[in-house]
Amino acid sequence: MKGSRPSRSFALAGVLLPLLLAVLWEAAIRSGLAVGRLMPPPSTIGATLWELAKSGELQLHCLTTLGRVLAGFALGALLGTIIGAGAGALVVVRRLIDPTLQALRAVPSIAWVPLFILWMGIFETSKVALIAVGVFFPVYLGVAGAIEGIDRKLIEVGQVFRLNRWAMIHRVMLPAVLPAWIISLRSGLGLGFMFVVAAEFMGASEGLGFLLVDGQQMGKPAQILAAIITFAVLGKLADGVLVMISKPLLVWQDTARGAL
Amino acid sequence: MLRLNGLSKTYADGTEALRDISLQVGKGEILALVGGSGCGKTTLLRLIAGLDVASAGAITVNGETIKGPHASIGIVFQEPRLLPWLTVAGNVGFGLADLAPQERQARILHALEKVGLAGYDQRWPRELSGGQQQRVAIARAFVTAPKVLLLDEPFSALDAFTRASLHDHLLLLWAETKPTVVMVTHDVEEAITLADRVVVMRPRPGRMMETISVTLDRPRDRLALGFDKAKRRILHALDRSLQPEKSAPAQKGADNASHWW
Repeated sequence: MKGSRPSRSFALAGVLLPLLLAVLWEAAIRSGLAVGRLMPPPSTIGATLWELAKSGELQLHCLTTLGRVLAGFALGALLGTIIGAGAGALVVVRRLIDPTLQALRAVPSIAWVPLFILWMGIFETSKVALIAVGVFFPVYLGVAGAIEGIDRKLIEVGQVFRLNRWAMIHRVMLPAVLPAWIISLRSGLGLGFMFVVAAEFMGASEGLGFLLVDGQQMGKPAQILAAIITFAVLGKLADGVLVMISKPLLVWQDTARGAL
Repeated sequence: MLRLNGLSKTYADGTEALRDISLQVGKGEILALVGGSGCGKTTLLRLIAGLDVASAGAITVNGETIKGPHASIGIVFQEPRLLPWLTVAGNVGFGLADLAPQERQARILHALEKVGLAGYDQRWPRELSGGQQQRVAIARAFVTAPKVLLLDEPFSALDAFTRASLHDHLLLLWAETKPTVVMVTHDVEEAITLADRVVVMRPRPGRMMETISVTLDRPRDRLALGFDKAKRRILHALDRSLQPEKSAPAQKGADNASHWW
């Protein structure tokens, strides 16, 4: 119990800095030291968020964006896991596909946008595909690396107890790669949130990315900031959910607690 | 009964690890292999465990030829090698997946009690000390009741007190099913405390040099006269095993020949 105390107060410490900055900025504008036309005060941003929420727009944009991220994440994580497992387990597969994938990984995400629009149109398919591309690479790398790095000594324990191929996979190899897999999923999810903005910039009528573009074109900085804050909250929440789901699977880990 | 017949192992890079090892270990006998580093002790155990394949020769257990990991052969490695994602009970019962849950549980608890870890069954390996982890590994090997148990310097990383108590736990478990035990050690006292026979090996390539019988009654007293005598014999043999061999004349001839070129 004693150990959780400092971490809780540290969590509060994390809120202090943004809170302090917000209060100072609010005070600066109220006292007339700043105008705040391009950088609206927290109260205006809050009001904008409230307006958006009241009209149901915020929920709509959030759900649209979340839906795209989830669809892209599911697709990218699935492919990344399968192809990563193949590359990690079989040298032939690795030799064949890894160089190509490493080269594709170096392509900036935005570069895919024109091609995906040509291929798949401007609606959902191209957006989900772009997000899936973003999620795929960290998951692929994480899984392939983890499988390659499985401790030979533990494999030998499985051999001594004469596990067949399937038992070796699900009793030794899967649990051994689980921590690295979950970490790769987390970084994949993070990239999914980055790619969703790129996807929504390429022409969307809904979603937080649309709110950003709309705010810029209509000259509504408060709306842009409101969308940015919503992104931060959503991303953190999604990561939190992933951590929560994976926690019971990793209680055995001998690591510095809370560092994950 | 474990029988090794003309066992040799040469690795792919040409290193000759073992040459012509022939050995019989009786049922319930404890055999210790001692020798300097590079004498192939661990390689020999890996061959018997079926984790490596011999270049020549054969291994049989009760007449059955060993070609790979075998149900009647268990091994305790130098490190505990516990699976970190399984509890202590899960690790001990790792080789018992085919048993009914109740039978498995009973065997696990019994083995844990024998190694002095009763009540630890729901712990994680990370919560245990090195000595406790190694005891779990010993329980994991014994619980399947192998006919042959291989021990690869399982106590080498532990302090002297822990080691002595582990010797007791090991003998306790051994007394239950009396498996044939082949153990590798670099600790001569450990060999005499546990073994019926001590084989001294010579390095590069690994060969058997001398076999010394230890006929002292169990439990063995380190301060007894016979203990010291056996220790001196083994140390003497070890000394000789590490001395350079009188090189064969053929090699000299080759050296001379190289002068001409």
